[in-house]
Amino acid sequence: MLYRVHLEKLELDFACQPSQNVLECLIGSGKKGIQVGCRGGGCGVCRVRVLEGEYSARAMSKAHIDDEALARSEVLACCITPKSDLSLEVMGKISKPLQRKVQS
Amino acid sequence: MALRGVLRLGEIGIRVLDLDLARTHYVDRMGLIEVMCDEKERKIYCKAWDEHDHHSVVLREADEAGLDYVAFKVYDDQTLTDLEPKVEAFGLEVAHIDAGVYPKSGRRLEFILPSGHRMQLFAEKEQIGNTLGTRNPGVMPDEGVIRGFRINRLDHCLLGGPNIDECGRLFKEVFDFDLSERIEDEESRESLALFLSCSTKPHDVAFVIQPEPGRFHHVSFLLESATDVIHAADLIGKYRIPVDVGPNRHGVTRGNTIYYFDPSGNRNEVFSGGYVHYPDTPTLTWDTSQMGPAQFSQDNVPRESFLTVVT
Repeated sequence: MLYRVHLEKLELDFACQPSQNVLECLIGSGKKGIQVGCRGGGCGVCRVRVLEGEYSARAMSKAHIDDEALARSEVLACCITPKSDLSLEVMGKISKPLQRKVQS
Repeated sequence: MALRGVLRLGEIGIRVLDLDLARTHYVDRMGLIEVMCDEKERKIYCKAWDEHDHHSVVLREADEAGLDYVAFKVYDDQTLTDLEPKVEAFGLEVAHIDAGVYPKSGRRLEFILPSGHRMQLFAEKEQIGNTLGTRNPGVMPDEGVIRGFRINRLDHCLLGGPNIDECGRLFKEVFDFDLSERIEDEESRESLALFLSCSTKPHDVAFVIQPEPGRFHHVSFLLESATDVIHAADLIGKYRIPVDVGPNRHGVTRGNTIYYFDPSGNRNEVFSGGYVHYPDTPTLTWDTSQMGPAQFSQDNVPRESFLTVVT
């Protein structure tokens, strides 16, 4: 049973098995759209907001997803598996990498 | 006078989101030895086979991933007595922790680094040995002692946060570490990363500039050979462990390396090799014009995730 995951604004779709998390399905599809980080719920870079659809979530670091974030349906893509088709907004940003000028 | 004072990174406390998944990763897959489990505190205590101390890695279940503390072992209790006023004179408040509060450990001094990390010093730890004994030990443990990634010992950690130059000054002036290597911005000459050694290793601790304090970049474990690094890479693939950077060599340290993540997103490294450092070895400096070769010298490509993903 494949669900469809839609990334808003990026206008990107990919398929996802209920047994796989959304990030690994995106990686498996060969497409890009959500930043890939630790894939374990600890680093926060794959943050998304669920606009539509149902999912189940495993433990996510409260340093990134606290109760207020959950109330806004913000989760980590590596920690959610779909229970229906999903429409997501990509929230994550990666801070400036080391090789660019460091802001003091 | 030989190696005295601060000896090495003796213990690291890591936060994990799920203790059972962490056990599967660190013990079953990586091959660390679980010596003790505290179900009430949700902690697992682990050691690598060729360490003599009771444990070196403490995994604690929490609702955040990341680093709880780093604890450096010093040569003797007198060293703790000698270092305390020096740490205070540097400007850090030192807390006393009684023997036994941290299991199997003598008393500890604790303070917060300018980068935001909790650091401890301890002199005494119960030793359980590496199974070989100390009289006519031989060279190889029995079958089954060395498992998984074939990790010999805990080697070092890389910590992320602000004020890394202050941390470098603390480690050099108070703890007598050497600045073995440094990465700087080619234009501003600002420090981007510092590598500090209190031994003949290329580094025992390192700092990378990060906007948030107290961040954990990785913990690193020593393997016997580059062959073992490839063997670990094969196991990492077999068990679908997420890879940050596949088998490569560092410019910094010259070590063969692979980086991967634990089930909570904490980054781990297994590596082998690296040059021999001495206190009179001049500091090596890399700059942003050579970020690729500095990080990964076999393909000379910097990885954005390596610079930005921390727990």
